[in-house]
Amino acid sequence: MAKIVIDGIEYEVNPDNNLLQECLSQGLDLPYFCWHPCMGSVGACRQCAVKQYRDADDENGMLVMACMTPATDGSIISIADPQAKDMRERVIESLMISHPHDCPVCEEGGECHLQDMTLMSGHNYRRYDKKKVTHRNQYLGPFINHEMNRCITCYRCVRFYDDYAGGTDLAAQASHHHTYFGRHEEGVLESEFSGNLVEVCPTGVFTDKAFSEHYTRKWDLQTAPSVCTGCAVGCNTTPGERYGSLRRIVNRYNSEINGYFICDRGRFGFDYVNSEERIKIPLVKNGAEMEVVPAGELQPTIESFSGPGVIGIASPRASNESNFALRCLVGDENFYSGISDDEFESTQLILSLAKDTAFHSPSVREIEQADAVIVLGEDLTNVAPRIALALRQSVRNKAIELAKDCNIPTWQDAAVRELAQHDRSPLAILSSYATRLDDVASDTVIDGLEALAKIGSAIAAQISDKAPPANSAEESVGRIAEQLLNAKRPLVIAGSSSGSIALIQAAANIARALNEKRSSAIDLCLVVPEVNTVGMSMLVNANKTLGSALAKLQSGEVSKLIVLENDLYRRAAHKVVDAALDKADAVMVVDHMPTATTAKASCLLPSTTFSEHEATYVNYEGRAQLSFQVHRNHASAIPAWRWLSDQQHGDVDALINRCAEEAANFDKLDDLLPDLNQFVAGMKIPRQSHRYSGRTAMKANLNVHEPKQPVDDQSVMSFSMEGLPLSSDSPIVGSAWAPAWNSNQSISKFQEEINGDLKQGHTGELLIERNETGSYQELASNTGSANGGLQVAIAYQIFGSDELSAKSSTIQQRMTDAYVAISPADADALGLKQGDNVSLDGNGNIAVACIRSKIKQGTAALYCGDNEVDRYALGASVSLGKAADANLVRGIKGLIVSDLYEEGY
Amino acid sequence: MVNKPLTKNIDMSRPPLDIAAFEAADGYQSVKAIAAGLSPADVLQLVKDSGLKGRGGAGFPTGLKWSFVPQGDNAPKQKYFVVNADEMEPGTFKDRLLMEGDPHLLLEGMIVGSYTIQASVAYIFLRGEYKASENALKQAISEAYEKGYLGKNILGTGFNLDIILHTSAGRYICGEETALLNALEGKRANPRAKPPFPQVSGLWGKPTIVNNVETVCNLPGILTYGVDWYHGLTKGNDHGTKLFGISGRVKTPGCWELPLGITIREIIEEYGGGMRDGYELRAFLPGGGSTDFMLPEHLDLPFDYDEVAKVGSRLATGTMILLDDKTCPVGMIGNLMKFFAHESCGFCTPCRDGLPWVDEIFNEFESGRGTEKDLQILHEHVDYLGPGRTFCALAPGATAPLGSGLKIFAEDFERHIKEQRCPYKH
Repeated sequence: MAKIVIDGIEYEVNPDNNLLQECLSQGLDLPYFCWHPCMGSVGACRQCAVKQYRDADDENGMLVMACMTPATDGSIISIADPQAKDMRERVIESLMISHPHDCPVCEEGGECHLQDMTLMSGHNYRRYDKKKVTHRNQYLGPFINHEMNRCITCYRCVRFYDDYAGGTDLAAQASHHHTYFGRHEEGVLESEFSGNLVEVCPTGVFTDKAFSEHYTRKWDLQTAPSVCTGCAVGCNTTPGERYGSLRRIVNRYNSEINGYFICDRGRFGFDYVNSEERIKIPLVKNGAEMEVVPAGELQPTIESFSGPGVIGIASPRASNESNFALRCLVGDENFYSGISDDEFESTQLILSLAKDTAFHSPSVREIEQADAVIVLGEDLTNVAPRIALALRQSVRNKAIELAKDCNIPTWQDAAVRELAQHDRSPLAILSSYATRLDDVASDTVIDGLEALAKIGSAIAAQISDKAPPANSAEESVGRIAEQLLNAKRPLVIAGSSSGSIALIQAAANIARALNEKRSSAIDLCLVVPEVNTVGMSMLVNANKTLGSALAKLQSGEVSKLIVLENDLYRRAAHKVVDAALDKADAVMVVDHMPTATTAKASCLLPSTTFSEHEATYVNYEGRAQLSFQVHRNHASAIPAWRWLSDQQHGDVDALINRCAEEAANFDKLDDLLPDLNQFVAGMKIPRQSHRYSGRTAMKANLNVHEPKQPVDDQSVMSFSMEGLPLSSDSPIVGSAWAPAWNSNQSISKFQEEINGDLKQGHTGELLIERNETGSYQELASNTGSANGGLQVAIAYQIFGSDELSAKSSTIQQRMTDAYVAISPADADALGLKQGDNVSLDGNGNIAVACIRSKIKQGTAALYCGDNEVDRYALGASVSLGKAADANLVRGIKGLIVSDLYEEGY
Repeated sequence: MVNKPLTKNIDMSRPPLDIAAFEAADGYQSVKAIAAGLSPADVLQLVKDSGLKGRGGAGFPTGLKWSFVPQGDNAPKQKYFVVNADEMEPGTFKDRLLMEGDPHLLLEGMIVGSYTIQASVAYIFLRGEYKASENALKQAISEAYEKGYLGKNILGTGFNLDIILHTSAGRYICGEETALLNALEGKRANPRAKPPFPQVSGLWGKPTIVNNVETVCNLPGILTYGVDWYHGLTKGNDHGTKLFGISGRVKTPGCWELPLGITIREIIEEYGGGMRDGYELRAFLPGGGSTDFMLPEHLDLPFDYDEVAKVGSRLATGTMILLDDKTCPVGMIGNLMKFFAHESCGFCTPCRDGLPWVDEIFNEFESGRGTEKDLQILHEHVDYLGPGRTFCALAPGATAPLGSGLKIFAEDFERHIKEQRCPYKH
């Protein structure tokens, strides 16, 4: 620690940081633009000028930029110095020269960092009376608006988009006061993280296009802390609602997981919540028709789904509470997995590895600390995007190490990047096809899944001779083994999406070999695809596979089925599901959007979506997180657990407590519940902001009196403005907001220190205790039969593979049709051209041919679209043939891969 | 004895000397001296002893700059030597003379510099418009490779050097050494933060020395003729000769190699032939567009780094721009401001958004619409664009003629406002 003096007061600070960061960490107000807490300093905007004095006798001092000056022990600075204040005011005046001052019509207005900093600097009178510079705006795709005239040229957008997130299609162009930030030509922004531009931009150049279409001010949004349900990473978000519709999602800081950034699936994949297609009322089959049942008459139907002969199928996209309620209703023995049998087997292996003391399951923040990484078979950008972004940071650890050797502070972002150039920490990617991380990978090995698992084994054997002996002709084996062995914090990543259990076993063997050599727990990150795959799998007994449930139904062993928020047609071959559902006497489906499964229901009950209920989910690490209800559902949907529960009027807290008591490994679940002692005089936390407007007018067309605010007796949060005022130590923070800080930058006021934990503390609870010792595994051998076709690998798309976000109209604009990716050689042999319609095994499944130059010959990477392909009807191999014109509308033109084969397209 | 080591071979009425003729005129003697046993440390000491200061504008001691390059086993093996030939300072055309007139001299200097810091690759970052220089250098480089002065194991020393000629896509900011490095890497030509200095983290993140053409051309002489000879060249406190130039209304504008410390009057009157008939010297910028105005009262000062600094200006490139009594000083400064505003890279706020405002105000003065408020804003910008407030030296450079001009020509500014026109226009 170092001591520095700021305006006569001594502070203890971290000398490894710069003065700006330390001033902010101390809670002081100092305006800035180009600095970003996790992107460091470049010194472009000159906004954070302070006066620095040589020593106590120095009366003149000199102006320095706080962001570019280390917080050296003994530093004496002044923020209040008149010259420094004048400089900061002049800088704002300069930035405002060509700014359009269109705050009233700007989406950023009210949460604009530029507005905040302008006020903070004191500049308030326009002296510039010459011509303004204007720019043309670009079409940047369905996610982002572009309004360059508002730009203050802080360079944050390109620093995030290019430097941090690895994008290549956004750049600073032209120079002097004509500097322009955009694409080389109009077009969709390619990066999967483009939505963060909305939050990174300090003003309204990049704004949320989907939000603009039903815009409301930040202060009019009803918000609560939520968890993204787009994948298993569990990024924290703040959804905002107004007039009964969910308007937008923004990032919510969690130091262990998402930090400041989320992916575009998470940000734009929510508007199914507002869909007209939502299941709104309970329906019960009467003869051939589904009929509305009066509220009082539903109970007998529901009660008929209890007792013997009823089984339940769980869901990886339903909360722990709903899954647990179903388990309680049907009993352990009748509670079945809701994921495909292959995936369930992989997930069970992942869960057993999660108990192994040899490994540690790294958080996203810990993934960023890895200095040698191997990824086996997972296309992270499309399966767990936030982890892919974290890997882009992990490869920079080499740069940080080099910078330390040269005494360059790590916060000096541009200098660190210039020093290291392309020198990166090792990242080896073993995959059947090129991934979006290949540009930062030190080794990419493209091969069939089985061959990749063997290469993985060979790496394990290379690391330790106790690992099962394995050899591989792959030349990178020795190099990768050595890199992992020599790293300070090696990381092994695999998962269930690849569909190869052997790859998970190989990954575990590599990590175990490393553990043996290093005798410390090794970071083993095993990724699963859906928000609560882990939570669901923890609740289901290992032998209760979906296949066995469907078999029981088909054989007539059981006759009644409850399906919880799940489309079984995404989990098993359509024929098998049809046979089972057709045989069943009664099928209750609880869900919020229509699916192929809800079409088979004899009793269809509407449930609430993630933003309409309080719930917990378990992420890939085994981290349970609590997501609060944001808004009410105005139809008759209720949380799924409530339909399934015998205590329909109990609250979710009671269910969470019961789950913690009864379900194995869930005992820490109730630690997530807010400590009621933190609440002053029983006051609740308001979901509406202190400036929420129009309460007396919102319903003036119906009633001239102000309606009573709805009472939420289920939660510590209320549907009103009243309650505990938001402060930096509020126990729950939905929307960050602090005096003088109206934008998302106000998050610094809620952190213990910049980039530290929130003062509120909670980053979730790791549920699974490690208390078992495991051993090396023999790799499962491929059970599929080779029928002469191409080996099937499953491909994923960030926009499309996730069931719920694929129902969002915003995401749909970026989706492609189902495709089958093949090598140019295979395409030639089959007579297929880029974009051709291809029939799979000739059984009616159609996909678009996607010829890629970096895919293993003999492999067909199949992307199933929004379940457009009956993938479980296919074997381990598939034969392809040109199909006649099919009813495909999207094509693959919007596909963003680095290696699309151009010839003849 | 040689007294014009930089230009002794230059005769612009004929093509530059080819390598044989250059060798015959003591060319590549310094490389031979290295081959005869001078170690890098020896050369560094010679250059330090010579007192050579950078001729690009800042006047930083060359030997000292070189000594910051990390050497030894722990230092990065790859190092680079870069010649800044992006000559774009207003009124400056000295490096062009050297490159067009005697390209081998530059190459010889580069070999010396590269050897001293042990760089195996050297770049010439050449202003794109310097087509004649490009052709001359290309020819010279190929001759030097042929003769074994470049390439592998130069003259049996075991030292390897490749020289790569890079012609710039243009922009004044590329003359700033770190922006130059970014441009050379194919990146946007924004300057980099210092520290870290290029000596530690330069081109491709490796230790790099960036020297001006004229600086490098001084090196062969120092090795060939010795430090004492070099010290004897000067008339003042700083060592060596310097290319001085004059543009403006003198009888014979041009560029000459003269001893440092010669008086300004001598340069203007003897070499520039004095002011043209009917014009009087009003003021002058001593070293290009980013230096403070000096006045006729300074004419008898010895022209070297320290003496010029004493009166608040800078020797900088040593190429003077003269202002006569028939030319509007406000227009002259406005012209410079337009240049600087246009050449701002757009990275930091004061420069990017401050200079165009200044430029706009000069337009108003020019067209007779200048106001007291405008004048006030100009005064404020002198501080606002000053050193420490901007990211690099471009804007502070622009404030040199602006700040000094506002003081010296206060009356002219006032007349523009009062008369609502430029009083120099008829």
